[in-house]
Amino acid sequence: MSILLSIVDVYKQYGDKVVLDNIDLRVRQGEFCTVVGPSGCGKSTLLRLILGQETPTQGSIEINRKPAQLPDTNRGIVYQRYSLFPNRTVLENVVLGKTLTEGRWWDPFYRNKFHLEEALYYLNRVRLADAANKYPHELSGGMQQRVAIAQALIMKPPILLMDEPFGALDPDTRADLQLYLLELWEKEGLTIFFVTHDMHEACFLGTRLLVLSQYYSDDRGAGDSANRGGKIVADHVLSRKATSAEVMQDSRFQQLIQQIRQEGFDPEHLQHAKDFNLDHPDSFQTLLASEHKDAS
Amino acid sequence: MKKPQIFGLFAEPGRWQRIAFALLPFVLMVLVYLYFSDVRLAENPNDKLLPSFTQMAEAMERLAFKPSKRTGDYLFWNDTLASLQRIAIGLSLATLAALIFGINMGAFNGLFALGNPFLTFIAMIPPLALLPVLLIAFGIGEVGKVALIFIGTFPIMTRDMALSIRAFPREQIVKAKTLGASDLAVVYKILLPQMMPRLITALRLSIGSAWLFLIAAEAIAAQEGLGYRIFLVRRYLSMDVIIPYVMWITLLGFLMDYGLRLLLRWRYRWYLKG
Repeated sequence: MSILLSIVDVYKQYGDKVVLDNIDLRVRQGEFCTVVGPSGCGKSTLLRLILGQETPTQGSIEINRKPAQLPDTNRGIVYQRYSLFPNRTVLENVVLGKTLTEGRWWDPFYRNKFHLEEALYYLNRVRLADAANKYPHELSGGMQQRVAIAQALIMKPPILLMDEPFGALDPDTRADLQLYLLELWEKEGLTIFFVTHDMHEACFLGTRLLVLSQYYSDDRGAGDSANRGGKIVADHVLSRKATSAEVMQDSRFQQLIQQIRQEGFDPEHLQHAKDFNLDHPDSFQTLLASEHKDAS
Repeated sequence: MKKPQIFGLFAEPGRWQRIAFALLPFVLMVLVYLYFSDVRLAENPNDKLLPSFTQMAEAMERLAFKPSKRTGDYLFWNDTLASLQRIAIGLSLATLAALIFGINMGAFNGLFALGNPFLTFIAMIPPLALLPVLLIAFGIGEVGKVALIFIGTFPIMTRDMALSIRAFPREQIVKAKTLGASDLAVVYKILLPQMMPRLITALRLSIGSAWLFLIAAEAIAAQEGLGYRIFLVRRYLSMDVIIPYVMWITLLGFLMDYGLRLLLRWRYRWYLKG
């Protein structure tokens, strides 16, 4: 499978504050890539960069070997909230991508039978065909997120970005939707980039897990003067064998969680940038001389 | 435990109680009026300040159901029609302009930078101070009155539109772009439909000031209209005409507001529920 997303030497700065610090990342097609990190590590910023909503201060982001543009159909997105358009029924929400792409902007009455059938197909895939004519506010949170997934899938985006999509759901619904998303990922051959702050979710879902964190050290000195931003401090391969929640009880799973907690979430545990645990085969890292004196 | 019905923070008045409470101030107002009106009329049957309901009914019967001796028109209905027409044209134009300008200004940062400072300035001009200008420029015909209503209501509605679009969740715009929308499709297929209920709300709030500007314009230069009639009969101290006219204007304003509220409830349930 080819490389779909390629991020090289990306920095993102807001004013003087560095949020993302020399990010290098390649994601292969078909990967279920989860990103986890403490609050303030810049994971949402990274997602917005990939989405094209913001531009990197430095560095390049390529999707399918083309520089990332402003938001377009090359990326799909599912947010925690605001993914659905409240003035449209479920079916209208799902068919919307087709309507917007094919219909003219001044024509509010554009309809196409085939598109509606396709939308119904996707609604069936998320098991919501019965709710086709309801409005989003009449659905539960879990159902809304399922509609949002169908809405994104109908465009067949090369990469599906998800920004804490299950963050507002209760634990049971959440577990249901996780299993359900895995099933979709497998059947539709999706490439997913999934941002969350929940380590269990990240470990359970992904085939590859990135830990983004601002807690690390390098040769730029200590203290606030270094002005460090978030970096990918760990890049794990996850084995996707069982699609059941039982793995979570597994001792290896628990160990991994412990390890990630230490790598990314512990402000006291500062790994040096040259010692990051980047054992995924697609992982690479280009450190500057200032970050690691032996590197150059 | 039983919840209190009337008193306290947790009171839950029943349906009939709420209706009775709503009516109470009106009934009180009428009673107070009747009392003072009776007192004055008992003292001097020709008193014009607080006419009795019978006197008002007689005056209105004359205006509404008997053709005027001079022109042969039914003055009350003529006035109503003229005023409503002016209000309708003025408010429709203002609403349409607010929708088009407001949405585009709110959505496109370039247009916002161009239009917002100017609009903020325009909104500060007291419309009534412009009335003489409008009368000189457009004469005493319909255009001046419609223009006053437009100028008085359009800047606030436009600003409301623009600002609420700017407060719109950015996620929805990005989402629409990932679904293949062009910039114009985002504005006219995503933002515009979602702004309609907001526009209706802005329009409801503008109805009151639209009437204010209309009455002011009619008072100064007109041949017919509700405001014109009130200021005309003021010379004869005809409170028996003025009071019913004021009530009628209030009722018309209330009905316009109520109609828009029904429209919101009928067409935009998602807005009220969301």
